[in-house]
Formats: sequence, structure tokens, C-alpha cells
Amino acid sequence: MDILSLFIIVPVATIVALLFSKNLRQARIIAMSGSLLQLGMAINLVFAYLKERAVSDDIMVFTKDVVWFQPFNIHYSIGVDGISVALLLLTSIVVLAGVFISWKIFDLPKEFFISLIVLSIGVYGFFISLDLFTMFVFFEVAVIPMYLLIGIWGSGPREFSAMKLTLMLMGASAVLLIGILGIYFNSGADGGVLSFNILEIAKANIPIEAQRLFFPLTFVGFAVIGALFPFHTWSPDGHASAPTAVSMLHAGVLMKLGGYGVFRVAMYLLPEGAKEWSWIFIILSVIGVVYGAFSAIKQTDLKYINAYSSVSHLGLVLFALLMLNKTAWNGAIIQSLSHGFMTALFFALIGMIYERTHTRNITELGGLLKVIPFISTIYVIAGLASLGLPGFSGFVAEMNIFVGAFQDESLFIRIATILSVTVIVITAVYILRVVGIMLMGPVRNESFLKLNKVTWFEKLGILLLLLPIVGIGVAPLWISDMILESLQPFIQGLL
Amino acid sequence: MNISYIILIPVIPLVVFLLLGIFNRKIKPSVSGYVGVFGLLVSAVLSFYAAFEYFFVLGKVDGVFQTLSEKIVWMNFTDSLHIDMGILVDPISVMMLVVVSTVSLMVHIYSRGYMHGDEGYTKFFAFLSLFTFSMYGLVLATNLFQIYIFWELVGVSSYLLIGYYYTKTSAIAAAKKAFIVTRFADFGFLIGILIIGYYTGTFDFETLNNPEGSAILNWASYSFMGLSALTWALILIFIGGAGKSAMFPLHIWLPDAMEGPTPVSALIHAATMVVAGVFLVARLFPMYYFVDDGFVLQIVAYVGAFSALFAAIIAITQTDIKRVLAFSTMSQLGYMMLGLGVSGFEGHSGVGYMASMFHLFTHAMFKALLFLGAGSVIHAVHSNFLKDMGGLRKYMPITNITFLIAALAIAGVPPLAGFWSKDEILVAAYEHNRLIYYIGVFVAGLTAFYMFRIYFGIFWGKDRLYHHKPKESPLSMTFPLLVLAFLSITVGFIPFSEFVTPDKMGFTAHLNYPLAAIASAVGLIGIATAWVFYKKENQLGDIWANRFGMLYKWTSNKFYFDEIYMFIAKKIFFKRVSEPFAKFDRKYVDGTMVGIGNTTVATSRKIKGLQSGRVQDYAFAFIGGAVIIGLIFIYLWT
Amino acid sequence: MIEGISIYDILTLTTILFFIGVYGFLTRKNLISILISVEMILNASVVNFVVINKYLYPDILQGTLFSIFIIAVAAAETALAVAIIINLYRQISSVEVKDTEVMKF
Repeated sequence: MDILSLFIIVPVATIVALLFSKNLRQARIIAMSGSLLQLGMAINLVFAYLKERAVSDDIMVFTKDVVWFQPFNIHYSIGVDGISVALLLLTSIVVLAGVFISWKIFDLPKEFFISLIVLSIGVYGFFISLDLFTMFVFFEVAVIPMYLLIGIWGSGPREFSAMKLTLMLMGASAVLLIGILGIYFNSGADGGVLSFNILEIAKANIPIEAQRLFFPLTFVGFAVIGALFPFHTWSPDGHASAPTAVSMLHAGVLMKLGGYGVFRVAMYLLPEGAKEWSWIFIILSVIGVVYGAFSAIKQTDLKYINAYSSVSHLGLVLFALLMLNKTAWNGAIIQSLSHGFMTALFFALIGMIYERTHTRNITELGGLLKVIPFISTIYVIAGLASLGLPGFSGFVAEMNIFVGAFQDESLFIRIATILSVTVIVITAVYILRVVGIMLMGPVRNESFLKLNKVTWFEKLGILLLLLPIVGIGVAPLWISDMILESLQPFIQGLL
Repeated sequence: MNISYIILIPVIPLVVFLLLGIFNRKIKPSVSGYVGVFGLLVSAVLSFYAAFEYFFVLGKVDGVFQTLSEKIVWMNFTDSLHIDMGILVDPISVMMLVVVSTVSLMVHIYSRGYMHGDEGYTKFFAFLSLFTFSMYGLVLATNLFQIYIFWELVGVSSYLLIGYYYTKTSAIAAAKKAFIVTRFADFGFLIGILIIGYYTGTFDFETLNNPEGSAILNWASYSFMGLSALTWALILIFIGGAGKSAMFPLHIWLPDAMEGPTPVSALIHAATMVVAGVFLVARLFPMYYFVDDGFVLQIVAYVGAFSALFAAIIAITQTDIKRVLAFSTMSQLGYMMLGLGVSGFEGHSGVGYMASMFHLFTHAMFKALLFLGAGSVIHAVHSNFLKDMGGLRKYMPITNITFLIAALAIAGVPPLAGFWSKDEILVAAYEHNRLIYYIGVFVAGLTAFYMFRIYFGIFWGKDRLYHHKPKESPLSMTFPLLVLAFLSITVGFIPFSEFVTPDKMGFTAHLNYPLAAIASAVGLIGIATAWVFYKKENQLGDIWANRFGMLYKWTSNKFYFDEIYMFIAKKIFFKRVSEPFAKFDRKYVDGTMVGIGNTTVATSRKIKGLQSGRVQDYAFAFIGGAVIIGLIFIYLWT
Repeated sequence: MIEGISIYDILTLTTILFFIGVYGFLTRKNLISILISVEMILNASVVNFVVINKYLYPDILQGTLFSIFIIAVAAAETALAVAIIINLYRQISSVEVKDTEVMKF
């Protein structure tokens, strides 16, 4: 049994076990132990990877290749490098935290956990795939459960949001599929066999006309799920309607598929296309960065604030990826991780606040620091992390992005960089606004005085997410070196 | 010289912070106070030992103070560009260690009395420790990025401490303002760092500041819009420093920051954090001096002089004693910047730099004393406003005496500390730029005037209607006052020029008697005027206020800078940028996406009428179709 | 073979009958009338079968056989249709076509 396929097999086994579970208690325990096991596996994978990396020079390690559909040369081909390992770790942590946070789901718990785990299968599969087609399949597997999770367990206009989210992502997938097929049919350009395998395609030279044509399709296809302006509008509504754990997974993990896909497929396989098209996407991503932050200032719904903040933060990821150099890419990956943990934490906290006060409107909240100090303190910490305070992961990521972006001397990129640096100010404005209105100040509502204390499971979920944020922020060297090392072959492919 | 133990100086407050922060609720307040004070005591002792060892025993080799550093790589950007974490020991960092330790220790002790019985007592000490840790990290930073990291951390501790009374709306607003304004300045700072990192390939101070190093020698190699790239970088870095040090026009946060507890104002907004900007310029002084032949230093000098004057004028009309002190701080920081701005580099011409650091040192002592004294008064009368105070000298003798000493010191009356340092700054200004010198002298007079205005207002004059009789503060509060008063008298006699100079060689400074006489005379005139106006209750103040009319109104409203900024922030950024963005997003961007969906639905609604569900319609379509096809078929056939 | 009557006359008659049925099927509002129209269409075809069989291939009987088959199926179909209509009437108290469109979309 290879170490990577376990990431598919264990969740499937969990689902099977869940199908046989008889009551709420069993369902919870099975879901929890399944995700605990995954976290264990992810941690184990990190160490195994580091050990393997020391002896192996391959781009990907732990590779495995099984023919899946011979006529089109589709394989179940898997393998990881430092980037995927880091993202797998992120996923397993967020999933476990999500299970902890949704401990109190009473409505169809079995089905809820099953959908959640199906989603995580898609994400795991996406991160370990080396085959474009398999990757695409897993991408779809990750997106579909979102519809059910939001449509069934959501709140507010949930059918509308679920429909909007699914349709926009499906639309993006359609575009993406064209891009992938374009890559596939050009992968034999130097006379080789047509292939879906990323590593093999990278060796072949895709003709420049094809790159020019298919890069934007591939990029946009992936970037929609990474909330690229102007295709980000599914995210605020989706977040607002989704139940807590789903928001966490959605923002924390699912949106990372975008950046990862852009990096792994669009940038790596179509480097010439990337160079030619980058200017327009740089403009869009910088707009996303600044515009998302400005829009967040005026929102009153906590989830909307966070959704727009995600647009801004993930705009930085795309921006950094388009800078086409190692430092910025490193920043992009760390930003993905950091944003994953941070928004997951934010959504968890928002869920807890909502569960207690039954409102997400900040103008109705106030003085929470006095009544639910633990949650509020963590909210402040998460806010500070989000505005890029040193000591938290956001700072490490942003500095890498900015320094990386500054390596390019052209005036256009200089201006784009300086514009995107302004987010450090704008982010501070909207974060402190929320903290000021919601957490500080006098207690606005008498009924808040009787709010429930934080439970152990909530605490566990919070700390699970907070730990890596601080870990990366205080000692970034290990993760940044792990990623930098893995970026080397990609940057060479670009030059 | 082994400097490894210096790492303990910042680490101890960090440990204390984590301890108090994590076990916030479990620790009894009485214990947490002691933990905080004790932790800092250890740090302070180590700092003093380090200073002693550095300045007197081991630091000087061949007549030059050595720059020692130890660092480890914290993060790699590129193969050559990386962030290090470490400690840098040179005259100014050691001097800053002493300043931070002394003031912070005094404030810790003082807070045990001042914050007694407050429900967030433990939290308060945790934040104080966090701040002290960050400040130590800042002064010991080995490179620009490390200083930026701790720069942000002091910013956030300042935010947390200003917003300490978090149920008070004004405190929240003030904390937010402080953070965002300084963050705005940091935006400039960060871009400056990025420019320096790109063009010089290093963030390290030792490499950057080396006068023979490539960074300084090749400063002119890249230019942008008429100035060299490094000049731009230094201007931007100065903007960062100006934000932290409340230089005009980024000063608006400092007066509001007085919403924090008074010990915090003393520590952060008078003695330590606000001098970080001055420290930053001093830290990069060789670059400032050599790049573009000191062009940026001129900007520094003028901004400093203007801020000094501007703040001093406003301070005259304020009625909240803490705000008077805040503007006074801003004014004195202007002095320090001015000193740096007019300084040369080698030998005796470096007097401005030396004086600036000297003033930083003495100012920390007497300004902390003024704030702690004001805190003691506020503690007694429960108000910040002059109108609620008067005649307190009878009730609070220790506070009275110590406050008087501090006021004399800041007014530049010999032989107190402020006299020596201010005099040196004026000497440097006199030699360099007469206009700035005259501004400096005028500000010295204003300083003496407004300081004695509040002194007389608080301690002399008639008693007010006190709810209960004011009484002297407890020992934990008066002890720091006495220590700081002692320091305010004595630190002026330290031969600073022997230790802290830009070229690190040291020189012997001589008192320039005519200039010193002028400066003290101006100070005394200021005091005398205040005596006439405010010693006894009289109408003189009001009469003169009326005489100035408009000017008085503008001044007491701080020249409406708060309003201007509020206008820009609220009316322009919130109303004209943010709100349209949010609306645009919902209406047009989202509207387009939803519109695509709606169009699909609408189209389907239009054409779905064809599927009426009536078999007859289908049959009609079928038959009609069959007929048409048949006709076409026949037509084609024939 | 009927003297004096050509196959064209009969086919014209059945065509008229067929189109009367079609017209009725398309325009009637009442389900029973529609059913009757359908019967007319069927009967037109039945007559056609018989006539064509008789005029073209008088020695075989397959056309006639088919017409009997059609009559049988039509009877079954009518029974079924009437059953549906009766049930529908019980549900919605109406046998109008416009009232039966509840499942259209």
C-alpha cells in the first residue's frame, strides 16, 4: 500500500463506515477518527517526505502509476513534492478542525459528514495527482459536494447560493476542460505519444501558438475557484450561506485548488503563454487585491467581510504566481497555506459567534470581549494574523510576495507591486473596524451576558488551526525551504 | 566581548508575556505584578551590565567602539537576500537598551500601584511585557527587516495598550487611529526596505552602513524621477520613522493615544516607542549622510524643526494635561530629528547626531517622569483636565517636587538634564543652519512656557471642588517618580560625546557658553511668562486668548488636522472609494454573473411555452411538421 | 370490387374522414371528443386497409385481418382512455383538456 493512495483509501473507508453508523454518536466518532487518522498520515508524510527528499533527486517522490484508461493514455498517476505535502497537511488539519467545529450538527449528521469527506477526497486527490485528467476528475469530486453541503445544511438563500457557486465553478470547469484537452492534444508535438502526465508534458515542447491559446483558458478555469476578479462573486454568497465547517473547508482548502492548479498546470506546462498573458492577469489580480480589501471595509456581515478579505488575500496568491520568480512563488504557496489556516479559523470563530448570538451583523454585536473572552481574543489574534503582523504566517507570506515581486524591474510590475502593498494598510482598516465594533466597546445587548462558554471541542478546533499559523510565523525556515527546494525544477522549466 | 547573554534581555519579557498571556485567568493579580516586575528587573540588570561592559570595559578597540553582532538566518528570500534574526551591539543600541530598561522598569513598578484593582491587571502586565520585548528586539535589530518586524510588534502592543480600556469608545477609536496611521507610514517604510533590498542586495545594517561599502559608494547607480533609488528609499524609510515618531503631518495619532492608561503613555508614547523613528534614522545615519550628500537629512531637519514648532504652539492651548504632554513629546521628537538632520559625520561635526541621541536619552527620563507625575495627579483627582486641578502642591508634595524637576529639565534650565542635551542640539543647528537654530530657540521658550502653564495650573492656584481630598500616591508610584527625578537631574552630566558619535570614535564636547546662555535665558523667560500668567488665578490667559482670537481657536483645535484626516478617511475613502466598490461589486460584477443566470432562465421561460403539455399542440406540431417536410420533399422531388 | 365506385372515391372519403378526425383531435377541448376523433382516425385507416386489400390484392386477407386487429386494439385503447378520463374526472371534476396541464413544467 503506498503512502499516497492511503489519502484516498482512508476517507473512502471512513465513508463506508459512516454508512453503517447507527446514530449521531457513532457518526461523529467515525468522522473524527477518520480525520484524525488523515492528520496522522499527513504529519507522517511530511517526515517521510523530508527523509525521501534527502536521498532522491526526482521532482516528485512516492510516485505511482496505474493505467486507468488506455485508449486516451489516462493514468492514475500520483506523486508529491514539498508543495503538495504542505497543502495536504493544510487540508488534513482543516478537515479535522471542521469535524470538531461541526460536532453539534444534528440535522442529517451522517450525510453531512459523508459529503464533507467526499469533498476532502476530491481535495486530497487533486493535490496528489500528476495526471491532468485524474486531477480534473478529483477537482469535480471536490466541487459537487459543495452544492449539497450548502443547499441542504446552509442558511439564508441557500439554494440560490449553492446554485450560483456550483454553476460558476462548473462554468469554470468547462473552460478548464478545454484548456486541459488543448494541452493533451498538443503534448505530442515533438512526435511523442499524447499524454496527460504533467511531468511528461513538461518535457515536451507545446507549440507556442497552442500555449498562447490555451493558457488563458487554463488559467481562468483554475483561477475562478481562486476567486480571481471579476469571477469572485460566487464566494461571498457561498460563504454566507454555507454552514461553518463548509465555509472553513471551502475558503481554507477548496479555494487553494485554484492557486495550486494555476501553478502546477498553467504556469508549469504553458510557460510561454504565461509570459505573454501575464500582464492582463496581473492587472486583474491587483484589482482583486485592492478592490477586495476596499469592499471588505463597507460590509456589515462577518462572513462577507471574510469573503472579500479572501478575495484580497487570494488575489495576492495569483499576483505572486504571475511574478514568475522563486521568491514570489514561495510567497504564493505560503500565502495559500496561511490563508487556509486563517480563514478557516475566522470562519470557525464566526460560526461560534453566530451560534451564540444568532447574528452575523457587526452593527448588532458589541462588547463580545467581555462576554466570550476566549473566542474574542482568538478573533483578535486571527485578525492580527490576517493583517500581516510579524510572528504569524501572513507576514512571512506577504513579505515573500512583495520581495519577490520587487525583483522585476519593469515599471508596470513596480506599480502593480506598490499598489498591492497598500493592502497592508487597507487590511488593517477593515480588521480593526470589526474588532473595534464587534469585540470592544460596551456590551450592546443584554442577552449577550448569558452567552455560553466555549466548549472543549471548539477550543481544540481553534488551537489546531492557530498552531500552524504561529508555527509558520515564528519559524518559517523549515517550510519555506521545503517549498523553495520543490520550486527549483519549476523555475528551471520557466527559463 | 561575548554578547550572547544579551539575547536574554528580550527573551525574558517574551517569556513573561507568554506566561501571563496564556495563564491570564489562572494567575492572581498580586503574583502577576511581581512576575512582570521581576522579569524586567532581570532584563534591566543585564542591560546595565551590558552597557557597563560595552562602554567602559570591552567595547572600545583602538579608540573605536566596535559593532558586534550575532545572528541566525530566519528566512530566505533569494540566494543572497534573507532575513536574519539576531542582536547588534553598538553604542546606540546599548544606549537604547539602557533607556528602555530604565523607563520600562519604572513603569512596571509604577503600574503595580496605578493599575491596582483593575480587572485586567494581569493582561496589562502581559501587554507591557510584550511591548518591552518588541522594543528590545527593535533596538537590537541587525537588519532592516528585523527592525521592521519588531516595528510592527511595537505598533501592535501600542494598539493593544491604547485600547486597554476596551469598553470606552474613545479608546477604541484612538487605538485604531494609532495603528492605522502608523501602518500607513509603515507602507512607506516597507517600500523603502524593498528598494534597498533590491538595489543593494542586503538588509544588513553593518553592510549598509559601511561608509566604504558598495551600498553607499554606488548610491547613484540607479535613479528614478530625478533622485537616486536609494534616496527614494531613505525618504520612504523616513516616512516610516516619521509615522512612529509622530512627525508632522503623521502626528495625529499621538494626542489621541493618550486614551491609554497613563503608565502606557509614559512608556510607549513618551520615552520609547515614539523615539523608534529617531532611532531608525540614527541607525541608518551613515546612509542618510552619504547617500545623495545628505539630501534626505535636510528633509529630516526641516520636518523635525517644523514639527517641534507646530507641536509647541498647539501645546500652549490644550487643556488636557496628557495632551499637553503628548504635544510636548512631539515637539521634543522634532528636536531630535532636527539634531540628526543638522549633523555631520566625522569627529566634532557629528555633534548633532550625538546631541540627538543625548536628548533622546535625557528626554526619556524627564518625559517619563512628567507622564508618571501626571498619572499620579490623575489618579488623585480622577480627571485629565486642568480645570479640575489646582493647589495640589499641599496634598501631593512628592509629585509636586518631582514634576517641578521634570518641568525644569524639559525647559532647559541648567544644570538639569534637558539643558545639556538641548544645548548641544542648538549648537549643532547654529553651526549648520541658522533658520533652524532660531526655530529651535523659539521652541525652547514655548516649551518652558507651556510646561509651566500646566505646572502652575496643577499645583498652584486655588483648590477645586474635589470629591474627596486628594492624597499622595502610594510608594509604588512615588518611588519611580523619585528615581526618575534623580535621573533627570544627573544624566545630563554624562559625557555623552565620548560614547555615542556617528563615527563611533568619541570626542570631547565643550559647552558653548554664549549659546547656552541664550537658550537658558529663553527658557527662563518662558517660565517667567508662565509665572505671570498662571501662578495666581487671573484673567490674563483668557484676555490673551481673546486677543489672538482666530489663531487661538485654530491652535486649540490642533489646526483642524484631525478633521482633515477624518474627512479624507471617512468622506473620501469610505464614501467615495469603499462604498462605491462594495456597491459596484454587488451591482455590476455580481450583477453580470447573476445576469447571465437570469438571462438563461428568462430565455427558457420564453421558449418553454412551446412545451404546453397539451397533446393536441404536439400533435399539431407533428402534423404540421410532417406536412411541411412532405411539401419540401415533393418540391425537391419534382 | 364494388361496381360503379372506384377506389379513388372510397379513398377520398376515408381521407376526409381521417382529416375530420385529425381536425377534431387538434381542436376539441373535451377529452371524450378527442377520443372520438382518435376513433375516427382509426376507423379511416381500418376502411383503408379493407379497401386497399380488396382492390389491389383480392386473393389475400392480410388487410382485413389487420383491420380486425386494429378494431380490437382500439377497443382496448378506448377502454383504457375512458378509465383514465374517469379517474381524471374524479380528481379534478373536469374532462377539459386545459385542466389537465398541471404537470407540464
